Amino acid sequence: MPTLLGVVLLVFFLFNWVGGDPAYILAGKIANPESIENIRRSLGVDQPYWVQLWIFIQQVAVADFGASWSTNERVSQIFATRLGPSLTVLLPLLVVSTILALAAAMLVAYYRGSLTDRAIMIGCTVGQSVSILVYILVLQYLLAYQLGWFPVQGWGSTFADNLLVYAALPILVGVVVSLAPDIRLYRSFFLEEMGQDYVRTARAKGLGEGRVMGLHVLRNAAIPIVTNVMTQVPGLLAGAFLIERFFSIPGIGREVILAVERSDFPVIKAVTVYVAIATMVINLAADLLYRMLDPRVQLK
Amino acid sequence: MSLWRLAWRRFLRDRVGLVSLVIVIAFVALACASAAGWVARDWGEEAGVSYAPPRFLGLQVEEAAAQGAATLRPQETYGIADPLAEELAEIQKDLLGLSGTASRAGTLVFGGDKWGRDVVKKAIKGTETSLVVGLAAAALAAFLGTLFGAAAGYYGRWVDDFFNWLYSVFTSIPYLLLVLAVAAVLNQKGTATVILILGLTGWTGIFRLIRAEYLKHKVREYVLAADAIGASDARRMFAHILPNVSHVVLVQLSLHVVLFIKSEVILSFLGFGVGVDTVSWGSMLAEAPSELILGMWWQIAAATLAMALAVTAFSLFTDSVRDALDPRLQ
Repeated sequence: MPTLLGVVLLVFFLFNWVGGDPAYILAGKIANPESIENIRRSLGVDQPYWVQLWIFIQQVAVADFGASWSTNERVSQIFATRLGPSLTVLLPLLVVSTILALAAAMLVAYYRGSLTDRAIMIGCTVGQSVSILVYILVLQYLLAYQLGWFPVQGWGSTFADNLLVYAALPILVGVVVSLAPDIRLYRSFFLEEMGQDYVRTARAKGLGEGRVMGLHVLRNAAIPIVTNVMTQVPGLLAGAFLIERFFSIPGIGREVILAVERSDFPVIKAVTVYVAIATMVINLAADLLYRMLDPRVQLK
Repeated sequence: MSLWRLAWRRFLRDRVGLVSLVIVIAFVALACASAAGWVARDWGEEAGVSYAPPRFLGLQVEEAAAQGAATLRPQETYGIADPLAEELAEIQKDLLGLSGTASRAGTLVFGGDKWGRDVVKKAIKGTETSLVVGLAAAALAAFLGTLFGAAAGYYGRWVDDFFNWLYSVFTSIPYLLLVLAVAAVLNQKGTATVILILGLTGWTGIFRLIRAEYLKHKVREYVLAADAIGASDARRMFAHILPNVSHVVLVQLSLHVVLFIKSEVILSFLGFGVGVDTVSWGSMLAEAPSELILGMWWQIAAATLAMALAVTAFSLFTDSVRDALDPRLQ
């Protein structure tokens, strides 16, 4: 709760104080003092700061951020229609990339120090250093534009169409981008566990390597992995900006970029507050999940 | 022997670290030379024809371009004389580098962009911008993070509570979203703005680590001894404890340079970054989509190569520094 209040204060401070007078943005280039005065009154900007803050807190409390400044669409309406496409891309992306990264990291950790391990680690370092923009541009150009395996961009009307045709390439790009840092991270988690005594014990009592790695080590490395996956979720919700923008997916990320370009403050405010709330909920869910994975974890 | 000299000795034994250090120094030297105007000062000069191909590809590409232009010519005129015909012809001649008004080169070392500017010079100038942004923003973030972390860890109680609250507020908003929100509010482009945005939003990771270090150090004997001889709070914080945690700051500084260079590229690409009169790797990439469709790959290749080399070198250098300063971690 205090964190949420802090987020509200931060957003308010940014947009109402630093952001300057929104009337000048809204009124456009040819503004006469009269229309500016009207806009100011309708937005409540002519009120003192504490009244404005109270208005904003009320907006957050009833989840009504008013209408977008540029399209006049209700902000709640924008969210309702944009969430679906975002999730269509992001959930498969999260699942596929986590499974692939776990498998690769386990393999690399098992053969640590070998040539394969070092080659993959160097590959990951180099791969991580290339901007996500380059991956998007090159993959879109090669696979969609040149080879024609995927549509270059766009979005369909049915769910199956979206998931299998339009979301395929964005998901692929997302997986390629997130693989390198994930493999590096998960490898270090596995390596930490593989040095423990219980691994030696499991081997000593004759368990197969597959069972030792897949069951014993994986379960013990699960907590940091779950933490990492969970912390990625809120970032993904808004963080697929670039992917959504390039592939013209009508999701939340693209909406944020459009809003920033048009100085559409209500939309940005709403996204920031909602995503912050989502982050807190997810953190709570992660704590509960720890308890399921490891009953020794005590919740305070 | 001091910690730093020991670390330097360990560092010298690390070949990967040494090579990456050399590359990092080379990049910094390049950026300095570019800032001083010794190289790439004339990056804005339209030296070649529009989309001049790289020299090693030679003239075949030029001919292909000429053919492409030739197929564009025939057009149904409906018996009306095209009022723009003369200008169009001039532009077309200009595009092919046949114009007599300027002596433009047909090919450039690594190709040219839409206005015929040398891509290599743009990449050098972009290196300067990106490194300046990365280093300055990382310095700002490290300064804020160290200051906040020192205060929170050293004083504890309500100061600690306050900064922890600030930390949880900043971290509950995804980094890129926060950056975009600040960019939307400031609504002005420029290198200084980008540095401010990244520095003011990026201090959280450093804060958490420095706070933990100060919590650990403030109860150690040497700090108690400093207290006993009457050293003030500020002196204990910054003259006694800070040198003992400075290796953490250094490693984090270097890590954040990489993070901020990447963020600057994304910001500039989206058009919220450096101004239009400045070139950065991000603004070079922003020109790439339309060029790729025309088959002009050299600008994106140049920007990607420069960035990949610089960022890889910086990352490996960071790893080596960390290993050298803290040999327990492997």
